[in-house]
Amino acid sequence: MDLSAINPILLLASLMVAATPILLAAIGELVVERAGVLNLGVEGMMITGAVCGFIVTINAGSPLLGFAGAAIGGALLALVFGVLTQVLLSNQVATGLALTLFGLGFAALLGQGYIGIKAPVIPKWPVPVLSDIPVIGPILFNHDPVVYLGIAIIAGVWAFLRYSRAGLILRAVGENHDAAHALGYHVIRVRLLAIMFGGACAGLGGAYLSLVRVPQWTEGLTAGAGWIALAIVVFASWRPWRLLLGAYLFGGVTVLQLNLQAAGMAIPVAYLSMAPYLATILVLVMMRAGRAPGSLAQSFHASR
Amino acid sequence: MKFKKLLAGTGIALALATGAFAQDKTTVGFVYVGPVGDGGWTYEHDKGRQAVEAHFGDAVETVFVESVPEGPDAERVITQMALQGADLIFTTSFGYMDATINVAERFPDVKFEHATGYKTADNVAIYNARFYEGRAIQGHIAGQMTQSNIVGYIGSYPIPEVIQGINSAFIHAREVNPDVEFRVVWAYTWFDPAKEAEAATVLIEQGADVILQHTDSTAPQAAAQAAGNVVTFGQASDMSEFAPFPRVSSIIDDWAPYYVARTQAVIDGTWESSDTWDGIPQGMVSIGEITEAVPAEVKASAEAMIEAIRAGEYHPFTGPLNRQDGSVWLAEGETASDGDLLGMNFYVEGLTGDIPQ
Amino acid sequence: MIRLEKRTAPSRFWTYAAPLLAVVLTMVCGALLFAALGKDPFETIRTIFWDPLFSEFSWYYRPQLLIKAAPLVLIAIGLSFGFRAGVWNIGAEGQYILGAICGAAVGLAFYPTESPFIFPLMVMAGALGGWAWAMIPGFLRVRFGTNEILVSLMLVYVAQSLLASMALGALRNPDASGFPGSRNLARYPSATSWINESAGLHWGVVFALIAVIFAYITLSRHIFGFHVRLSGQSPRAARFAGVNPGLLVLICMAISGALAGLAGLFEVAGPSGLISIDFNAGYGFTAIIVAFLGRLHPVGILLAAGLMALTYIGGEIAQSNLRLPAAAIQVLQGMLLFFLLAVDVLTHYRIRLTARGVA
Repeated sequence: MDLSAINPILLLASLMVAATPILLAAIGELVVERAGVLNLGVEGMMITGAVCGFIVTINAGSPLLGFAGAAIGGALLALVFGVLTQVLLSNQVATGLALTLFGLGFAALLGQGYIGIKAPVIPKWPVPVLSDIPVIGPILFNHDPVVYLGIAIIAGVWAFLRYSRAGLILRAVGENHDAAHALGYHVIRVRLLAIMFGGACAGLGGAYLSLVRVPQWTEGLTAGAGWIALAIVVFASWRPWRLLLGAYLFGGVTVLQLNLQAAGMAIPVAYLSMAPYLATILVLVMMRAGRAPGSLAQSFHASR
Repeated sequence: MKFKKLLAGTGIALALATGAFAQDKTTVGFVYVGPVGDGGWTYEHDKGRQAVEAHFGDAVETVFVESVPEGPDAERVITQMALQGADLIFTTSFGYMDATINVAERFPDVKFEHATGYKTADNVAIYNARFYEGRAIQGHIAGQMTQSNIVGYIGSYPIPEVIQGINSAFIHAREVNPDVEFRVVWAYTWFDPAKEAEAATVLIEQGADVILQHTDSTAPQAAAQAAGNVVTFGQASDMSEFAPFPRVSSIIDDWAPYYVARTQAVIDGTWESSDTWDGIPQGMVSIGEITEAVPAEVKASAEAMIEAIRAGEYHPFTGPLNRQDGSVWLAEGETASDGDLLGMNFYVEGLTGDIPQ
Repeated sequence: MIRLEKRTAPSRFWTYAAPLLAVVLTMVCGALLFAALGKDPFETIRTIFWDPLFSEFSWYYRPQLLIKAAPLVLIAIGLSFGFRAGVWNIGAEGQYILGAICGAAVGLAFYPTESPFIFPLMVMAGALGGWAWAMIPGFLRVRFGTNEILVSLMLVYVAQSLLASMALGALRNPDASGFPGSRNLARYPSATSWINESAGLHWGVVFALIAVIFAYITLSRHIFGFHVRLSGQSPRAARFAGVNPGLLVLICMAISGALAGLAGLFEVAGPSGLISIDFNAGYGFTAIIVAFLGRLHPVGILLAAGLMALTYIGGEIAQSNLRLPAAAIQVLQGMLLFFLLAVDVLTHYRIRLTARGVA
């Protein structure tokens, strides 16, 4: 066993990258859930985003346009969920699961002609000056632009929920939709926008896999990342910055167990991979104050 | 039980009847565990199917069903193919073993071929590829390409096939480079791009400058490319998108020759149940182009090794070889028996770490 | 401007007409999709929805429908109690896995002795395994007020890891020279759940039918069924009626967990035969959809499970006969679910066209 082979700086830096796709998907889902909607279709939206981003990038030659396409693709698929659950009042749990099924199939159909092609490489974007700081520089400031974007979105969501009036309305809608409606807010409109934002973020997360991490299109590319994103939202008890912590914990357990294995330590991998989920349950039990948004997963119909 | 026999009997009669309709055409069925677009395991089997179509033209019709879960669904899909008049059915995943045997009992006149399993019957043949022969070539190149003397290996599950690969690669890396060390991580998945990328990154960070993978996605290739000076090898498919560097060579599963030969045997009426374990000599395992990133003399010696294996002059597991604990496994000049290899559950001497149990 | 107006009582007409409308809409959209993929739309639709039931080989497919639908019915019936009462167990997949692991472990422990007591013991172990796994979110909700949707979902992931470690470790077949997966229980006469394999009959099918009848009687005739419905509609009223909400949560979780566990046990001891790394094929999640498609009604669930099974089996036929990609079947299933969920609005709401601005 040789634990000295593990370089903590590189470990943390690679965590930043490993956490990015689930982080993006999770921050979108966080906003959706804060608006009182539970969308279990994250996996379907992620993979749709992954294929849309890949197709646009290959055809337009620009990863930037690709990520935009991924966000639009994810948002449009989310809109299907939004119309079904908000306008036609279908059950959110069942609709979300159906969305995953539909998204996986739809993405596979779209991507049929794109197997075995490689996406153009997205260069790293070292932040000038800052990336030269020892220790912190390589960990935080030497990544591709999407890593920064993910953190920027978290900061944006945090500020939006905390300081903006629109954020206040969104939280009100999520906590008690009847009261929000009585105050004159458009519950359904707010929720539809939140759902589309969630879809766009999931799409970006998926595109990060198909354009940066892999970077190729293959069926089943997301391999369950959307489900992990759902878990992280809960772990974070619906707070944006804790989401960052959760994504690093979930990604970190995987990276750490791989590191220990590579260093020659025999570890029970199956049991270790359960750990983050058990930790999430523990967090749920301990933080009774940080409980779920009041109207989570409930349908809203204004009966006037 | 009588009822069961009766039904099975009807099944055979009907299967024969439909077979008679398309007498001039031989139908070959393929059952896939993943989507044909997975770019790896299933993708290569489907290329084999396409080769059958191309080779026989109108004389043969192929059918396939993709993404079939192991278990009752597989049994149903195989039965359905047999009912619809398939003459020969390839089931291409280890988990289809019991389903294939069950269906074969009910359709004695249909031929079945199960990949990577160990149960045979009068009308069930099994086939697999000696991937470890390709691993020997990889080890030979890897041992000479590494500067840091650390080679990273991404294993999928700790099963004999994967362990054979690790041992074979290690033996041949040590042979050319006595200082080389292997770092093995088990991903516990055959296909999960995010996890594979992480595994590759971890190995690179721990000093590995050659990555061997026994998982199917191209994510480790991308991770190596991002790292810059790390060498990789394609797995299952050529992964030539990453050539000439980091991917310097690959192991390709080439099922086409076998599929064509077995289909021909059914057409000729010479098909017999068999246990096929083919490698480089028969073309079931082929080595993708060794790129110019590999020094000419290394490339030449690697190609010489390929030729020696092809000619049957060299077995990658030739003694003297000891087990990890130092006990003797193969004496000088002795080669490993297939039985030993198929049940391989130990590392050879020199490898560090334990195989998870 | 289109507006929805809540009906005072669900429309009887639309209760029956809406699902038919959804199936027709799916067929129309599916036909368009298949035409776009270059397939004959009529032949494809016929292959998926008609051939499994009434074709040359339907004598084989009809029993297969039972095999495919039985676990879905069993799990969905269990879930429907909770869903009616506002108890959201979405971790049936995990309970299904645990039922299979516990039941199989008991069977494998007795291998190779033959005894008529082994299978009943396995059934009990399977039910207990699923029950215990469901009690975790149930207990946490009652004791700590944690959200059972999230806890039960987390436990699915834990169960999957446990399954992988069992298939590679404790339950691995010692005679299989290192290959993953347990012994085949379907070939162990004392442990198999098959009654008659070619008729598609195993104990899971029998239990599924019993569960439907039991659920129907309980929900329509028994005081417990009344309490369940009341708790879902108005928790306050239920409390006045003497319902202990905590106990109700535990009972609903217990029923759904035990039935999911049973489904897993019957599957592993029969159609599937062995514990393997990815033994679970998503029945637990599909059953949630089935429960909603069946409008949480026992007979509805039976029909919905049949319809889902039909699309799976018909889809496989279409794949091999017409070369339809598997993805197209998934899209078709997704559309079917969307439409079925969407048209339910007609049952409970009236659609009004009003002049803009008046509403």
